[in-house]
Amino acid sequence: MAAPPPSVTPPRPRPVFRNIHVTDLARYRLPLPGIVSILHRISGALLFLFTWLLLWLLQASVTDAAQFRALYGNPLVKLIVFALLWSLLHHLCAGIRYLVMDVSHQAMELKAARQSSAIVMVVSLLLTIIIGVKLW
Amino acid sequence: MVRREATGAHYGLSDWLMQRITAVVIAAYLVLLLGVLLFTPGMDLAIWKALFSEQIFKLATFVALVSVFLHAWVGMRDIIMDYIRSTALRLALEAAVIVALLFYSGWAIQILWGQR
Repeated sequence: MAAPPPSVTPPRPRPVFRNIHVTDLARYRLPLPGIVSILHRISGALLFLFTWLLLWLLQASVTDAAQFRALYGNPLVKLIVFALLWSLLHHLCAGIRYLVMDVSHQAMELKAARQSSAIVMVVSLLLTIIIGVKLW
Repeated sequence: MVRREATGAHYGLSDWLMQRITAVVIAAYLVLLLGVLLFTPGMDLAIWKALFSEQIFKLATFVALVSVFLHAWVGMRDIIMDYIRSTALRLALEAAVIVALLFYSGWAIQILWGQR
């Protein structure tokens, strides 16, 4: 004879997290280290996508000052350079943070990781403003 | 059975290491560049141009640029592997990145050592 079924309350339906879909992005709240991580990726991709513009500017700057001034005087170019400046500084700061995390277990602690991600955001934005004002 | 896709990650250690070595080279070059920009009195395009006629500065710039291109390869391949499922499309995009980076490498040599 079969044993009676154990009298337990049926389990509550639990939320299931799988790989998120693009449509989930709006209601998916990333913690600050996660934001730094995705911005590291986005800034790196931006720098790659606009490498041609940076090389073009470098070429003009060492060959033809007039061409450089014309190119750099274009407001759209200036705007992109400003965005790339932030990309570079964010990528650099976040990259240094990851290098520290490679060698330090302490930096991997939750509190330290949250603090350092805030530092990365603030320092890279401040440096962007300071250097950006100079470049303008 | 391990699937041996042409676009797979294989062993990642050398890429991981490559990413870090090139990162340090790039950061060192940025510090050098920042120092030059900050501590050269009356920095302008003419001085900038003269700086880029120094052989040692050309070489340092070339090493930094090649580091950037290798770094971009590892990073872009990671992004492509994460978001693109189809092997055919992955292969096409990876090939496009490789060709672009080879093109940039040649362009960098032209900029640094070409006719001024």
